[in-house]
Amino acid sequence: MLKFITKRFFWSMVTLFTILILLFLLLQFLPGTPFNDEKLSEASKALLNAKYGLDQPFFSRFYIYMKNILTEFDFGISLSIQRNWMVKNIVLPRLGISVRIGLQALALGTGMGVLFGVVSASNKNTWLDTMATVVAIIGVSIPSYVFALLLSYTFGYKLPFFSIIFDFSDPIKSSILPTIALSMFVMAQVTRFLRTELIEVLGSDYIRLVEAKGVNRFKVIARHGLRNALISVITILGPLTVTLLTGSLVVEKVYAVPGIGSLLVNAILTNDYNVIVMIAFVYSALYITMNLVVDILYGIIDPRIRVAKGA
Amino acid sequence: MREYRKEEFKRLEMREYAQQEMLLGEDPKFFRDAFRRFKRNKGAHVALYMIILILTLAAFGPYFGGHVYNEVITTHINLPPRVPFLENFGLFNGLRMGENIYLKKGFDDLYYWFGTDGLGRDLWARVWMGTRISFLVAFVAVIIDVLFGITYGLVSGYFGGKVDLFMQRFVEIISGIPNLVVVILLVLVLKPGLQSIIFALMITGWISMSRVVRSQVLKLKEFEFVLAARTLGANSFTIILKEMLPNIIGQIIVMTMFSIPNAIFYESFLAFVGLGLQPPLASLGVLISTGYQSLLIYPHMVIFPVVVLSILMLSFNLVADGLRDAFDPKMKGF
Repeated sequence: MLKFITKRFFWSMVTLFTILILLFLLLQFLPGTPFNDEKLSEASKALLNAKYGLDQPFFSRFYIYMKNILTEFDFGISLSIQRNWMVKNIVLPRLGISVRIGLQALALGTGMGVLFGVVSASNKNTWLDTMATVVAIIGVSIPSYVFALLLSYTFGYKLPFFSIIFDFSDPIKSSILPTIALSMFVMAQVTRFLRTELIEVLGSDYIRLVEAKGVNRFKVIARHGLRNALISVITILGPLTVTLLTGSLVVEKVYAVPGIGSLLVNAILTNDYNVIVMIAFVYSALYITMNLVVDILYGIIDPRIRVAKGA
Repeated sequence: MREYRKEEFKRLEMREYAQQEMLLGEDPKFFRDAFRRFKRNKGAHVALYMIILILTLAAFGPYFGGHVYNEVITTHINLPPRVPFLENFGLFNGLRMGENIYLKKGFDDLYYWFGTDGLGRDLWARVWMGTRISFLVAFVAVIIDVLFGITYGLVSGYFGGKVDLFMQRFVEIISGIPNLVVVILLVLVLKPGLQSIIFALMITGWISMSRVVRSQVLKLKEFEFVLAARTLGANSFTIILKEMLPNIIGQIIVMTMFSIPNAIFYESFLAFVGLGLQPPLASLGVLISTGYQSLLIYPHMVIFPVVVLSILMLSFNLVADGLRDAFDPKMKGF
């Protein structure tokens, strides 16, 4: 087991390192200089150039870039959003709200998905099943920003229960609509996946044995069926993180949530490369961590994976 | 002793028997069989017709509205939708806040079926021009899946050993980077536009397809018919093309269909974030992104592109679901 974890950890680090290299190469392709503020004197420009090593040859630049990131988590300064601020001082304070909304959406989506999936699978081929399937396919198909627009139009404007855009004085209530909009896709995927898994599990021999012994239907599903079906649901949590990241961008834009998604959108529109690079790195790190956790979790629960993935 | 009453028995039609006999007698052709199962799935069937309808509208729609998609008419800005016949029934009647904007501005004989945008451009034409972009992106996604994904999976799975190890490590690293990051960085370097979106899809779009193909090939490799082909002297190329490919064509079609809505979504997503096509071109995402800023005053600018996009995505997903059930009833889930 330890060997499996070490190996997975090693490959995650390799991926993260590759991303850093890619980000560095990308910066080399971008035109212009990062310090083109007229207010900067020649001396301070030279100072900045020396700090970020821009007067050095390629490999030294790479070394300095890596050293700055790995030791101080320093991605340089912002070029346009908050000029000459350290990028990490802009990005890190905004990370919390994004992560919180993401986790809330993940929890809500998974919870609803499990509920719908169980209802759907245990009432296979009835109207309940059809309903759940329809809801799930709609959730998969319709982009999260459309949900966000729909929700803010209905519950922010027509029925003004919530404020249309994020309200700083009441961050909990303001995060409800973004959370729902973001959770739709998660809910739909979990429902679809759990339904098929659970139907397969409920058809297996050991479930028939449990039923033959006279255990009631609820217990059969909750204790014996769901347990096994949920194991495979864990595998889709990795891919779902990607959709959460993607969704957070647009949902945060629609609701003007002060998180890193909306910051990234702004950075893209104003060509603030250093901010983009840092958020890209943070996103990759979040995704890789999630995948690592899922893999390890899965390895603990299901020993076959450990063997197949070569531990 | 239990008595058997007549009602307990059901009379079976001869027809059903005959059908079963036929199935046993005649070898059920793979595609015909799948097609029959697909036809039985009503949702997928309707969805297929919806796609055809939208495709037709995207192809010919822009020429029927009576206006050109990129023509800016400053006197015609922000007009609500108005359709000649339907306006008598309270639909598409050019009303906003209870007031007929067309009559107020003196355009008695002017009809914009979906209204106009903030620059006075016809939204009917723009929506269908935008749908064309969605179909183009979908088409590109299919090509990429087929060319890159299948080839990569086939080679990696068939040759195995060091080749496979190397290729899989590469995939592992690439797939470790979230698509979102790859797409955004690429679009930044290459300047926003259709080319960079397509290029970004090329880099990220083929991975899941290659994985499915590889795992299928790994399974097929152990079968006797492959061994037989090799014993008879067939080379690797023939074995891959003639023996393996026909056996995984079902999964390939299903995976391709699933990559279509994904690609359409990515394009509209990028447009919404501001990395999409540049004006005067319009995609559905661009229309939604510009329209939503005035959602509360001019809802028609958002509603039409959102409805078309949603129906398109829904239809492709339904068809993909239907095809999956038809080609491989065991492959439920994904």
